[in-house]
Amino acid sequence: MATIEAPGAAGTNAADSAPSNERIYKDRLRKHKITVHLTQAAVLIVIFGGWQLLVGTDSTRIILFGAPSGIISQLVTWFRDGTALGPLWVQIVVTLEEALIGFFIGSALGIVSGIALGRIRFLAEVLGPFIKVLNSIPRIVLGSLFVLILGLGIESKILLVIVLVFFGVFFNAFQGVREVDRNFIANATILGASRWEVTRQVVLPSAFTWIIASLHVSFGFALIGAIVGEFIGGSQGLGQLIKNAQGTFNANGVWAAMVIMAIVALLAEFFIGKLEHRLLRWRPPQLGSLDSQASGL
Amino acid sequence: MSDNSARLFETRLADVDPAIELRGVTKRFTTPDGSAYTAIKEMDLRVEPGEFTAIVGPTGCGKSTSLTLISGLERPTAGTVEVHGQVVKNITPGVGFMFQTDAILPWKTVLDNVAMGPRFRGTARRPAEAKAKDWIRRVGLAGFEDRFPHQLSGGMRKRVALAQSLINEPAILLMDEPFSALDVQTRAIMSNELLHLWDETRPAVVFVTHDLEEAIALADKVVVMTAGPGGTVKATFQIDLPRPRVVQEIRFQQRFVDLYQQIWEALREEVDIAYSQTTVAAEKVA
Repeated sequence: MATIEAPGAAGTNAADSAPSNERIYKDRLRKHKITVHLTQAAVLIVIFGGWQLLVGTDSTRIILFGAPSGIISQLVTWFRDGTALGPLWVQIVVTLEEALIGFFIGSALGIVSGIALGRIRFLAEVLGPFIKVLNSIPRIVLGSLFVLILGLGIESKILLVIVLVFFGVFFNAFQGVREVDRNFIANATILGASRWEVTRQVVLPSAFTWIIASLHVSFGFALIGAIVGEFIGGSQGLGQLIKNAQGTFNANGVWAAMVIMAIVALLAEFFIGKLEHRLLRWRPPQLGSLDSQASGL
Repeated sequence: MSDNSARLFETRLADVDPAIELRGVTKRFTTPDGSAYTAIKEMDLRVEPGEFTAIVGPTGCGKSTSLTLISGLERPTAGTVEVHGQVVKNITPGVGFMFQTDAILPWKTVLDNVAMGPRFRGTARRPAEAKAKDWIRRVGLAGFEDRFPHQLSGGMRKRVALAQSLINEPAILLMDEPFSALDVQTRAIMSNELLHLWDETRPAVVFVTHDLEEAIALADKVVVMTAGPGGTVKATFQIDLPRPRVVQEIRFQQRFVDLYQQIWEALREEVDIAYSQTTVAAEKVA
């Protein structure tokens, strides 16, 4: 069933004009891209230049708002001389460790229970109300409780991250299972698949479109959880660094820590994007390119 | 036919269980608003081993429901469904099912899709893949083993579905308007291909369609169903056109035209009833 190319006038015509058309199109595309990037650079210059100019040399304003130059010198100092809490990389590693461990455990629990409840109706009927109640609690408040119970170490932060990550992933996995095409399940069943094989080979891959979407959001929650946990009570990490900076009227320090977190979040987003590309490579490219565009921004 | 051969035929039928037998089968569904909807009512159907049966009928007459009952995906509300003399209680073993919409898995390659059946039935990966490759070649898709479904045309996806069903060498093949989404030419090509493959392994086929031409061109027996709700068998017609058939050309034969007129007489009434029902329903809604 290979497509048949009709040789003839139309074909040769297209072959003649194709290269020049393509070149014009590519040129236009490149020019458009350059315009977009230049405008982006201009926006950045206006924001940061304006910030710097407005703050000027007024020391009160510098204390309250910080300044781009101050943020950069703060970052340089931290990298070179370390922070009040110890070397900068230790703070980053501590926060990352809390966020990543919590993220993995939380999303694994979310995926497993979402799929289990989606597949087993009885479980969903029994546990559904409980999960709704738990979900309505402002979970960030649980951080205080976890610090009381587990102390100032990383365990309390990991638990907070797990709680924050779990629900988003759970609800998406659950919905994903519900959205699986009935025909796929019927077809696999008739071909001889057991219930477990249907779950593993039909339901899980189908639900992954939903799960992956929730992982993007959930990593943001994981970072928030780790940092708020450190805020509530801790001795190390980026959250403590921010709290410290705030306590010493060092706005530049707060901003500098935010810059570091933004970079970490972007890196994580990049890796989740890679994972998504790997797991969802069966999808038509139109859907895929949308994601790569989003991560490109 | 002489008396002698007729008797011979009868004894043979008595010896062999029919591939499929529906006796007084009724299927009711509960609709989301709580009321009951009768899809089929007291339906009788008998399909011999190796026989190609087409079921035609207007929209909503329960054609597809009869297939889900035979496959074991659904259980009848009343009556019995037997396959090879066994009452259907679960998914019927030895059944293949081709759905109206694509049911091949979009996240599996052509090879993995076709190999699914043997893998689920416990064959090791290598022999399963070797068998799958053979079937991919038989449906004319050699060289496309590593493609994902979205990279194939509609007709090619149907070929994958066909290979996926036939690889299990089903004794019964159920087809629910499998080619209705295809353009007319591709559809004719696929119909020929189907007849060719059917001839190789000779499963009993139940082919549901709303296209009478397609039904006559393919089948040994055309079953006309009454308009739903509560559709049942209205009449059965034997199609004595010689095989092998060429689907695109058979419709020019006089015998084909005669059969078409004859069956259409039975079908037209039901189509009119179904149509007036939908228009009445539409007026009610409006």
